[in-house]
Amino acid sequence: MTNETEDPVASAALPLSGGDRAANGAPGDQGGALFTATALDQKNARAERGYHSLFLLMSIVLILPVVAILGLLILRGGPAFSWEFFTEAPRAQFTEGGIFPALVGTLWLVVVALLASVPLGVAAAIYLSEYAKDNALTRLINLAIINLAGVPSIVHALFGLGAFVLFFDFGTSILAASLTLAIMTLPVVIVSTRETLQAVPQSFRMACWSLGATRWQTIRKVVLPNSVSGILTGVILEVSRTVGETAPVMFTGAVLFTPFLPQGVLDETMAMSLHLYMIATVIPDVPPEVPYGVALSLILMVLVLNSASIGFRVYLRGKKKW
Amino acid sequence: MTSSRPNRIDDRLDAAWIWDRIARAVIFIGGISAIVFVVAIFAFVAKEGLGFILQKLDLSFFFSSPEWRPAQEPEPEFGGLALIAGTASVTGLAMLIAVPFSLGVAIYIGEFATGKVRETLKILVELLAAIPSVVWGFIGLTILNPIIIDLFDVPVGLTVLNAGVILGLMAAPIMTTIAEDALKAVPDSYREAAEAMGATRWQVIRQVVLPSASKGLVAAILLGVGRGFGETMAVLMASGHAINIPTGPFDSARALTATIAAELGDTARGSDHYKALFSLGILLFLVTFVINLLADVLVRKGASDRS
Repeated sequence: MTNETEDPVASAALPLSGGDRAANGAPGDQGGALFTATALDQKNARAERGYHSLFLLMSIVLILPVVAILGLLILRGGPAFSWEFFTEAPRAQFTEGGIFPALVGTLWLVVVALLASVPLGVAAAIYLSEYAKDNALTRLINLAIINLAGVPSIVHALFGLGAFVLFFDFGTSILAASLTLAIMTLPVVIVSTRETLQAVPQSFRMACWSLGATRWQTIRKVVLPNSVSGILTGVILEVSRTVGETAPVMFTGAVLFTPFLPQGVLDETMAMSLHLYMIATVIPDVPPEVPYGVALSLILMVLVLNSASIGFRVYLRGKKKW
Repeated sequence: MTSSRPNRIDDRLDAAWIWDRIARAVIFIGGISAIVFVVAIFAFVAKEGLGFILQKLDLSFFFSSPEWRPAQEPEPEFGGLALIAGTASVTGLAMLIAVPFSLGVAIYIGEFATGKVRETLKILVELLAAIPSVVWGFIGLTILNPIIIDLFDVPVGLTVLNAGVILGLMAAPIMTTIAEDALKAVPDSYREAAEAMGATRWQVIRQVVLPSASKGLVAAILLGVGRGFGETMAVLMASGHAINIPTGPFDSARALTATIAAELGDTARGSDHYKALFSLGILLFLVTFVINLLADVLVRKGASDRS
């Protein structure tokens, strides 16, 4: 910015260079020289605008194709939607009927997975937020959480097969598949719950301790009641992850077809995600709108769950008292 | 609340104190559960696959031969080169797409956008990240496949290009979120100091924010690579699943993850083929473990550099 205003273009008014419009209109004026754009200013402003537009364009390019894809799925999958599609079992080698057993199966898988992972995940988050000191063990736990989230889903599937199906002898069952899903999605619950717990102000805890409460009483009566809704947000997010997972369930409990709905956790089941994979790749002569319909239902379930979680989070942020 | 033994710790031996002890123990078990599971995952996958690696698998053959014929009688061949090349090419192409986009979008969200635009973009990115991989695979199979065939006039659209684009679209939102966190970790006082010196916003970003966040950004890229490396269903459905060392984006390929997913259902438990697939699992576990470890070290180092 050291060069003075010898430059003829320097008189061009730039919003960046201050608000003194009168001075801008009078180039050469001693006062104006301080507030007019130099060539360097203009170059910087151009770079600024250029990069701003570039990154905005990138954001749009990232999001547009997905909107287009969603539109296409609605266009092609919409016609498959009917009352029958959601309430009947597939018939005639999947060429007729609906996806009811797959919906029910996915519900089973999600519920059992939640029963296992939510208590464990919340306990882990409470430990990390309320008990853990900054030591090697805590670092190890954090590292393990990152790894649990980063291990490929097919490796989780191998683990589920080796541990739950074979070693604990649950067979290919809802229980084995759900436990595999539970371990896979555990980091989602831990991370979101830990954030919620840490958002509770320390002064709340101190007030409680100073009344003579134990650590557990403080957690149960003060920390948890103030975080229930935040925990719920994380749980919804976990449900949305669980609904779409395919690889971890395909060898542990989900099957292409069962003539009966599952009666208990040791039964095999159909599942939405595996159903989509199978009718899209393996099964011949499926009417073309049917796989689109299944993909659309799956994506809608996930988007609705995620939107609910996000909406809930925004609502809570607005309501927060501290 | 009463105690029969009058002594010094009398007031401690009440129900609340006992519950506190029990809760602490239970919560501690929950706390270390993540460690237990990571160890258990490795143990169970290694239990089926490690013996095979040590005794039967010819490692130099595995890393040098593209011949993956695990079911061939009487002499099955376990060459992993084609699978490794498939995974590498698809992940590489995905990163070519995802790295610039995720960094660009992260900079836009973190540094340029304000108010409603910023919130909306963040929510959209989060929703993108939530689309299940089997749906992405389906999109590659049914929507991108004909587009590639028409656009480039090639006979097959299920190729490295298809899987790479799909994987890039999948990985970009996740990398964006992590990269944005890395930008957010740069204290505002850094930006304010630069702005006070008269720097434009882009100058602040390029000369202050990006250098300070560089380790976190590299971690974001690494985690994206790990994600692409481990992705299963989308790659299985979009890559063509042909055992073949791809020479260009229009060749079909087959990934390590997809091989396990496609073949595990057909193998007899305890057979060499079955164990070979678990060996691939060990490889996948170890590589993602190292990637995650590196990313974690980088994030930690970035934070300590600043403080």
